[in-house]
Formats: sequence, C-alpha cells, structure tokens
Amino acid sequence: MKMKWAVLTVILSIVAVLTGCEPLTIFDPKGPQAERQANDILLSIGIMSVVVIVVFAILIYVLVKFRASKQSDDYEPPHMEGNPWVEAICVGIPVIIVAYLSFVSVQSNYIVESAPKGYEEQEPLVVYASSSNWKWHFSYPEENIETVNYLYIPTDRALEFKLYSYGPITSFWIPQLGGQKYAMADMITTLHLAADESGEFMGRNANFSGKGFAENTFNVTAMSQKDFDEWVDEVKETADPLTEETFNKLLKPGHLGQMTFTGTHLEFAPPPEHDHGSSHTEPTEETDTHDGHEH
Amino acid sequence: MEFFERFAVPHPSPAIYASMVVIGLSVIAIIAGLTYFKKWGYLWREWLTTVDHKRIGLMYLISALLMLFRGGVDAIMMRAQLSAPDNKLLDAQHYNEIFTTHGVVMIIFMAMPFIFAFMNYVVPLQIGARDVAFPRLNAISFWLFFMGAMLFNISFVLGGSPDAGWTSYFPLAGTEFSESVGTNYYMIAIQISGLGSLMTGINMITTIIKMRAPGMTLMKMPMFTWSTLVANLIIVTVFPVLTVALTMGTMDRLFATNFFTSTNGGMDMLWANLFWVWGHPEVYILILPAFGIYSEIISTFSSKNLYGYKSMVASMVIISVLSCLVWAHHFFTMGQGAAANSFFSITTMAIAVPTGVKIFNWLFTMWKGKIRFTVPMLYSVGFIPLFTIGGVTGVMLAMSAADYQYHNTMFLVAHFHNTIIPGVVFAMLAGLTYYWPKMFGFMLNERIGKWTFWLLSIGFVLAFFPMYITGLDGQARRMYTYSEATGFGALNMLSFVGAGIMAIAFALIVYNVYYSIRYSPRNIGSDPWDARTLEWATNTPVPEYNFAVTPQVNSIQPFWDSKKKGHVLFPAKLDKIHMPNNSGMPFILCSIFFVWGFSFVFAIWPLVILSTIGIFACLALRSFEKDHGRYISVEEIIETEEKTGGAKL
Ligand code: HEM
Ligand SMILES: [Cu+2]
Repeated sequence: MKMKWAVLTVILSIVAVLTGCEPLTIFDPKGPQAERQANDILLSIGIMSVVVIVVFAILIYVLVKFRASKQSDDYEPPHMEGNPWVEAICVGIPVIIVAYLSFVSVQSNYIVESAPKGYEEQEPLVVYASSSNWKWHFSYPEENIETVNYLYIPTDRALEFKLYSYGPITSFWIPQLGGQKYAMADMITTLHLAADESGEFMGRNANFSGKGFAENTFNVTAMSQKDFDEWVDEVKETADPLTEETFNKLLKPGHLGQMTFTGTHLEFAPPPEHDHGSSHTEPTEETDTHDGHEH
Repeated sequence: MEFFERFAVPHPSPAIYASMVVIGLSVIAIIAGLTYFKKWGYLWREWLTTVDHKRIGLMYLISALLMLFRGGVDAIMMRAQLSAPDNKLLDAQHYNEIFTTHGVVMIIFMAMPFIFAFMNYVVPLQIGARDVAFPRLNAISFWLFFMGAMLFNISFVLGGSPDAGWTSYFPLAGTEFSESVGTNYYMIAIQISGLGSLMTGINMITTIIKMRAPGMTLMKMPMFTWSTLVANLIIVTVFPVLTVALTMGTMDRLFATNFFTSTNGGMDMLWANLFWVWGHPEVYILILPAFGIYSEIISTFSSKNLYGYKSMVASMVIISVLSCLVWAHHFFTMGQGAAANSFFSITTMAIAVPTGVKIFNWLFTMWKGKIRFTVPMLYSVGFIPLFTIGGVTGVMLAMSAADYQYHNTMFLVAHFHNTIIPGVVFAMLAGLTYYWPKMFGFMLNERIGKWTFWLLSIGFVLAFFPMYITGLDGQARRMYTYSEATGFGALNMLSFVGAGIMAIAFALIVYNVYYSIRYSPRNIGSDPWDARTLEWATNTPVPEYNFAVTPQVNSIQPFWDSKKKGHVLFPAKLDKIHMPNNSGMPFILCSIFFVWGFSFVFAIWPLVILSTIGIFACLALRSFEKDHGRYISVEEIIETEEKTGGAKL
C-alpha cells in the first residue's frame, strides 16, 4: 500500500510539473462521477507503473548482464525449455492484477450508470441535450425553457441528461463533471452527472461529426439552486418563445452563438422513443417519434 | 449531381492540383522509362505474371513501403496543422480527409501488406515448402490488394477523398452527411483488397497445415509460422464480417437501402458493431505476426532457443479467441449499460495476461543468452519497453467507467500508436533488416540502421507521449484546430517536432537502401546472422524452388541442430521438381476488378455490368484451362545450386 501511494505521488508530481502545476482537466473533478473516474485513472496509473517498472528493471538487467561483449567468446548459452513455476508466476501475478482492476471496473460501471453518490434520494433535474450539426440544444422540460450552446445547472443536485442527435453520432462530454456518452438519432441515452461546486466548465461534442466538429462546444455554468431559479425566472420573462419554425431553422447545419427560448422543442418535435440504457425515469412522451426527427 | 461534376474534387487546393501534375508526370516518366529501357517484357514475365511466393512477397514489401510514405505525408501534415493553436495551414475539410486516409492507408494498405510480405516470403521457406498451397490464388490476392490500394489512392485527385474517419461511422458516412464520392472509395477499395486478404488467409492456412517438411509437427513449427497460422485463422473468421458490413454500407450509399441510416428503421449502431467485430481482431491480425518476427529475432540474437515455446503458442491461441470477444470496448460510451460494459471490460483486460506472458518469455529468452545488438535486435529490445507502455495504457482504457473520460481523446490516439508503432512498425523494420540479406544478397548498412532506430524511437516518444497528457487535459481527437486558451499548444508543438524526427528516420531508411546497394559487400553467404530456422538453410539468392531437396526436421530449430548437433537436414537425393507456371490471368482479372471498383465508385452502371461480365469470363476461362505446371530437371537444379553457392546437397 505504501508503495502504491509513493508511486502515485511521484506520478502526480511529474504530471504537475509537466503541465506547469495546473492540474489536468481530468484530474480536477467538480462532481462525484468525475471524481470516481479520476480516482480509477490514478489507481490504474499507479498499478500499471509498477508493472512497467518491473518490466523495465528485468529488461535493463538482462541487457547489461548478458550482452555478448561482456561474455567470453566460447560461452554457449544453455538450452532452456521453460519452467512451469516461472511461467505460473508470469500468469498468476497478472491475473491477480487484472482481477482486482476488473472488480474496481465493474463497481465503477454501476456507479457511473446510476444517480451520483449522495444524490440518490433527490429528484434529478432532467435536461434533454440534443445535438445538430454543429450545435447543442438543451431543453429543460420542467422549467419549460430551452437554450442553445450553453448550459446552466444547479449545484448539489442530481442531473439526468437525456441525449439524442439530429444527425451524426455525437458525444456529450463535460470532462470536469464526468465522462462522455453518445447521442444518437434513433434512441435516447442517459448520462448521470452532478456538480459539487459552482463554476464554469468546458463542454463539447467529443465524437467526430464532420466539418464543424472542432467548434462544436458549449459552456457550462454551475450555480446555486437559488441563482438557477432566478435565472429560470428571468428567462421566462425575457426570452422569446421557441416555435417549430424557429427550431427548424436552428437545425440547419452551421454554427450559432448562445441562444435562449421559452418553451422547448420537445412539444412539437418529441425525442426518439427508444430509451437505451440504465434509467429509472422513462421519458413521458409516448408518441410516434419517427417524424419527430426528420431533418 | 451532374455526371461530370462527380469527378471534380469537391474541395480543391493548390496542393491537390500540384499532386495531380506530379502524378501525371510520374506516370508518363514510368511509361517512358520502361519503353526506353525495353523493360516491358521483363516486367510482364518476371513480375506481373509471377506466382512465386518470394516475388509476390517482394511486391507486397515495395507496395507497403510506398504506402508508408503516403500515410507518413498525411501524418506530417496533420501534426503541422496542430502544432500551433488556431493554425490555418489546413482547413477542416482537408484535415478530415487527411486523417481518414491516413488511418485507412496505414492499417489496410501499409501494415497489412507489410505482414503479408513477410508471410509470403518467409513462411514457405520456414516450413521447407516450395511455394504456398495455391500459388495462383496468391497472385490474385496480391493484385486485388494492389488494385484496391491504387483505387483508394486516386481518390484525392478524382472526386475527393473519404472524410468520415477510418471507422466511417454512419450516419456521418451516409449520403446525407457525406455527399461526395469519397466514402464510396472507402467502401469499395477496402472491399477489393479485403477479398484479397481473405484469400491469403485461406492460402496460408492450407499451406501451413498441408505443406510442412517431414518431421515438422505442429509443435515443432517456428514461432513466426505459428503466428502466421493464428493470424490467418483470425482473418478467415472476421474478414467476412467486414465484407458484409462494407456491402451493406455500399448499398446504403448507392442503392438507398437503410441498413445504417437514422430513419426508416436503420441502425447506426449496427455499423459500429460490425466494424469493430472486424476491427478489433484486425489489430491482432497485425500484432501477432509482429510478435512472431520478434520471437525469431530475439532468439537468434540471444543465441538461445525461444523460452516457453508452449506457452507462447498457447498465449497466441488464447489471444485469438479473446480478440473476438472484446469489440464493444471501442464504444463503451454508446449506452449499453453497466452489465454489458462490465463484460467487455473484463474480457479486454484478460487479453493483457497472455500478452504479458509473451513479454516475460522474451525477457527469459535473453536471460543467460549472448545478446548481439544488431539493428533487428535493437528494434526488438526497443519494442519491449515501449510496447509494454502501450499495453498498460490499453488496460487503463479497458476500465470502462474511466474510458468515458479517455474515449475520443488524444489519450486513445497515444495508446494505439503506442502499440502499433513499436509493435507493428518496429517489427516490420526489424524484419526488413533481418530478412534483407536473404531477399537481396547483401546487408543493410549497420551504422545508418542504428541511427534510424534511435531517431525513430526518440521521435516516437516525443511525438506520442505528449498526447497522453493532452488527452487527460481534454483534447479530443480529430479536431482540426484548437484555441489558444486550451493550453494544448506547447505539447502539440512537441509532437510535431517528434513527428519531424520520425520523418527524418524514414528518409534514412531510403538512404540506407541506396547506400547499401552501392557499398555493401556481396559475399555474405546464406546465413549471415547465425540463425536457427530453415529459411536460412537455403541458398542466397533463394532459387525459385527454394530447397533442392526437401529438408528433414527434428526440432523447433532444425538448422541450428544441423550446425551444432550434426542433424542431417537434407537426407534425400536430388529429384526433378514440380513447379507451377506463371500466369497473366491474376493481373488481368484484378485490373478488371479495378475498373469494376472505379465504375462502382462513380455509379457508371454500363461499365459495372461490362466489368462484372469480364470478371466472370476470367473465372470461367480459368476453369477450362489445363495447366499442370512444369518440371525442373536434375541437371538444371545442379546448375542453379552451383551458381547460388549451395554446396548443401
Ligand atoms: C493489452 C492489450 C490491449 C488492450 C487492453 C487494449 C485496449 C483498448 C481499448 C479499451 C480501446 C478503446 C478505447 C476507446 O476507444 O476509448 C483500444 C483502442 C485501440 N487499440 Fe488497443 N488495446 C490493447 C492492445 C492493442 C494492440 C496490440 C493494438 C494494435 C496493434 C491496439 C490498437 C488499438 C487501436 C487501433 C485502437 C482504436 C482505434 C480507433 O478508435 O480509431 N491495441 N484499445
Ligand atoms: Cu480493440
């Protein structure tokens, strides 16, 4: 155990030095899911470093000790068939490592696929996040508002993103809150996140989707529930309503700045019906969706 | 689109016009040169119609090297574009085309023919055979690959290159989002050369099962032959999946079917699954023969037998089975839920165990050995630490929950280059240097070779290790640019420098060939490395019949035993040798395939029908042809043996 932490510290300090002391985005989590993932990553870096060091050590020893230039001319290397014990060790230790990592991996799978730790009891805030070339549309069905290319979220609240796409497969990713998940045209996927701290985060589409992919980003702002509610009220007072006509215009390929609307497109353009993945809260719409995502 | 518009490059640039001129001029130069030096007949007799596995191997080798440079130019352009934030060297469309063709060219048209080159050249020699089981089919395989590669490579001057990534995910790759003919090229060029790979698979398996020298039981086969057998078993298992997927993709694009579309019941996820059911085993098709080459080299230059032969074989067989059970790790993030991800996470990590066994066996092979640091050995000992890093990052990626963060980032890009470059590319260069004297009768220069190795290794580390860091910092892959504020600039510049150093190393390889042709001594005998397996027991240059007398095998390293323990390799007496005749049919058939592919890409239906008829006509002609091969007489054999310095009768 001591060894593990020593290695971890060494690695973290190398990483820190290499990046001018600012932690890498992945190692600067602001929510429980991202934190779990960062811990898994650090754990695997630690264990894997031990593996790498062992291999390097044996290799260096062998290369130094058994080089031809250090041996007499008449040295004849022995014939070695292989030794069951040695080979059992070479299988056994990796098996133990892999078994341990598999255990952690399975545990983490169930954690990141359900409501974030500490937020299980709460009613989550549901946001429908849909992509179109090369934008993101965020619909807040309960609040009945919609934004384009920016996302406001309350802190200390479970967030449930319902992902789908009006085009190529994209991947919804806010690294500091948690890992990504695909958004596809024929079904909904669910991503569970939560933010522990307020602040501004980078969000983007991580999956290549054509010409405008590089700029397919959005801003995420996490704020207290109170500020969030105020923002919702303000939007309701000031923003224009989202009509079907406007929405169809928004879907046209290209880039848009940030936009805000009252109402959501879910009413006239319901999301695909098939819910894929591990969600407890089924989408309420039961309408035929095939004409829902024509483009 | 109007008919002729399809041929125009949809998004031209001066560089593309320049390439058109260069391609045009080189074609004219080649034709003029062949005519001037009266080499047409030679080319036709000795190469285009050959069915000799060694010549076919060499043609694979040359094609692979050419494609390495084509893919390398793509790579340098990408690294240059990313070397600084907001760079304007390439626009998004060009960048997308370049990374797509880079991936396809490197995997399908560089790495595959490179391993086929060694399989073709070495395996029959290693098992003491005179050729592969189906020599003419072998020629067809090569020409199918070659025509597929050529078809793919003309895309950037005729109609535009594919731009949906080498993974070509639908619906992005469908007609709705990829209108130009680019993705048609992808579907059809890979299809044509994939058919060739499938045939090679059948051919190699048959050769190894049926044509081993007397005494060579399965468990006495050299490790490279074992790795070839396993890799080809994977080929015949998974290439049909690719064939089907590409056919469905072609139908979607040309006949408006809806296999992968997002409407009318199409399933974009079906493509992703089919692609990776082939795609993951494909990376093991590449790495297993590489492992085989390393095994031969490490054993030779440690002057020791391979440690743990049985566990080496067992681990390859286990890897081949597992490799077909892990495909979904390429899309942990598609929402299949915790249970499915857990399954694929565990199977993926399990592959690390047999891979680790192999690493340890190589280390123990060197243990108590007498290690000679020749160029092939340098690549092999460089491979061990670098590939270990690639392997352990693979295990990290296999932690599916964590993969939600790595996926689609530069971390992933670093991982797979970290396995493919030290794993496959180093093995190919090691094999090239190792087998060069057998192929051409002289050595490559050692000093230049060592420089190449060091530059390549240093360049590699500089180019790819920074990507682990930028990946963890949130740099997504396949972005044609990034802003200053992201802070990715410095490390990307470092990558560019590394890529530049690698480019110098590759240029040095060309220089080395030139230098060695001019200055290397030619009197090196047939066993310059003091090797252990049968391919070194023949003469250099290798006569077309390989072995005047079929060798008798007693162990895993019969040639070594004949040198050290007085094992008699060639007990039998000379007899006439039966050999297959050359044939122009494979070349003609595959040229028609090229026309067929081209007319499919541009939907020129009359030509499609004509060339389809042509293909079937060739097949029909072949079935009515009577060709029983020919015999080489004993006198001829004796004459050849004396000329090639073979006193080993
Ligand atoms: C210990 C063995 C290995 C493990 C556990 C492993 C694991 C993985 C995983 C989990 C991914 C998917 C990551 C993602 O998309 O997020 C991946 C991608 C990849 N790996 Fe490996 N890998 C191993 C060895 C290799 C080898 C030997 C090669 C090639 C010779 C290779 C080539 C690739 C390629 C080409 C990709 C991704 C291609 C793409 O998405 O464009 N890997 N690997
Ligand atoms: Cu894979």
